[in-house]
Amino acid sequence: MSQLVLRLKAFGNSELAWRFRNSPPVIFAAVALIALVFCAAAASLIAPHNPFDPATLNIMDARLPPAWIDGGSSTYLLGTDEQGRDILSTIFYGMRVSILVGIAAVAFSMTIGVALGLIAGYLGGWVDTVIMRLGDIQLSFPTIMIAFFIDGVAKIVMPIGMREEMRFYVVILAIGVADWVQFARTVRAATMIERRKDYVAAARISEVGNVRILLAHILPNTIGPVLVLATLGLGVAILTEAILSFLGLGMPPSQPSLGTLIRAGNDLLLSGEWWISLFPGAALVLLVLAVNIVGDWLRDVLNPRLR
Amino acid sequence: MISLLATRLTSVILVMLVVSALSFSIFNFLGDPVNNILGVNATLAQREELRVALGLDQSTFVQFWRFVERAVVGDFGISYRNRQPVVDLILARLPATLELVMCATVIALAMGIPMGVYTALKPRGLLSRSLQFGSLLGISMPQFLIGMLLILVFSVELRWLSAFGRGEVVTLGWWTTGLLTTSGIKALIMPTITLAVFQVSMIMRLVRGEMLEVVRTDFVKFARARGLSDRAVYLTHALRNSLLPVITITGLQIGSLIAFAIVVEAVFQWPGMGMLILQAIEFADFPVMAAYLAFVGFSFVTINLVVDLIYLAVDPRLRAK
Repeated sequence: MSQLVLRLKAFGNSELAWRFRNSPPVIFAAVALIALVFCAAAASLIAPHNPFDPATLNIMDARLPPAWIDGGSSTYLLGTDEQGRDILSTIFYGMRVSILVGIAAVAFSMTIGVALGLIAGYLGGWVDTVIMRLGDIQLSFPTIMIAFFIDGVAKIVMPIGMREEMRFYVVILAIGVADWVQFARTVRAATMIERRKDYVAAARISEVGNVRILLAHILPNTIGPVLVLATLGLGVAILTEAILSFLGLGMPPSQPSLGTLIRAGNDLLLSGEWWISLFPGAALVLLVLAVNIVGDWLRDVLNPRLR
Repeated sequence: MISLLATRLTSVILVMLVVSALSFSIFNFLGDPVNNILGVNATLAQREELRVALGLDQSTFVQFWRFVERAVVGDFGISYRNRQPVVDLILARLPATLELVMCATVIALAMGIPMGVYTALKPRGLLSRSLQFGSLLGISMPQFLIGMLLILVFSVELRWLSAFGRGEVVTLGWWTTGLLTTSGIKALIMPTITLAVFQVSMIMRLVRGEMLEVVRTDFVKFARARGLSDRAVYLTHALRNSLLPVITITGLQIGSLIAFAIVVEAVFQWPGMGMLILQAIEFADFPVMAAYLAFVGFSFVTINLVVDLIYLAVDPRLRAK
């Protein structure tokens, strides 16, 4: 316990913490991010209504405007959609899906990318060539295109009964597969530098196995840039998911993400019911913006070339 | 230099092989061409006849080779959905998408580079700060949301611009262009802005980052020490050296613009290739999907190759090797 306190104190005195305290926009973004993640995580506890319980829905309450506009009701702060669901509550639940898919997709591509990068950088030779060439090939395709195709094809080939429940995993896979290359490149470059250092030689002389050298000794020294990539990648992954869902290829209406909600409201935009799509849209932009501000800041702070 | 070109060309061939293999598997393994052409009521004999006629009785490798042979001359078969040759469908939709992508690229470069230079040279000014926040917003906003906001303001509220379609187009040979009529240009405005916002922000941030790093290097300090004017130091020395990565990213970005065009086309009902592929996915129209994949892969590879050639032309270090 006291060790934890000491560590926290050491972190509080570190340069990272100092730079954090001195950048108001970043503090603001971090607080907003924590608040949004909290709303999403605790959706079932703090959302004013349960939008997925048909018993509480009343079709008479459909398409109500936000509370401060004529005809709005104070029970539904941000209005309701065409099934009479409370927009604020659907946003909380939708954000949960968006964040979960984003984190899982990044974790997926990070795991593949870091593993392949470590192997390529440590072994070198033809293994390295094959892995990196594969990455080159994939990089000539934009990630969104790869996600689009995997998702589109999966949507068609899957048996109809499985489509909805498997969507979550298909979307994670589609977004995650496309993004491993940048992790692999970064980790490979760092590994190639680290493996020549004395501590690796020392570990080898002490007969430590290759796997252990990679995971316990080299990996921790390459983790900084990986974290930056992961944070910035999270913003991209959430956006990609929203785009897929908006096109009707991502999350189904039974398990809506923010993108699905915006898609549902898009048809009603021209008839003037803007709140159904624009409030989830605002939540999405806020979320991604907060992630990007924190990611940008981390990158600048950890980039030795800008010191 | 020759070895560089050789590696590049091998990688082009490699990529195209992978792409055609993927495209072939979509075409061949996902849909059953026999069922799709004859319907379910055909007799066994008819089916067998068609299978032989289509070459489906051959080994997979032979089929793949034939697929590549036909693909090279642009023959991707008949669309399952509207019974037209796939290549005709794609060619009819190509101009709409390319016009959109080209306009967005021009805007992205014309706005992104000056904005990047300005924010790098005057990082503390008010304009710089707002531009930087704007660019952060620009990369955090999905295209469809920008498009929806534009439609809400300019089509629903102000009623200035039409929310869908290309307007009137002029036919030049097989190409159709909206750039020659007023309604065509008006129709282009909102989709182009929607598509360009992300790219403007990307290029601005990239140029800014590169400039900030180049300005710290010795040769820029030396140029300043020689007493060159700010203009000469920043624009000829610093900017020229910052633009190399911009070339790469612009190349990659044109590729992703083709991908993001799918989104923009869906929002504005733009009759381009994006709408075509969306419909193809909806109706499981595999020949169209296969052809789209092959076409897109080919365009990306070509763009990357052109980028490499430009690199050779502008970077003397590469030529010297």
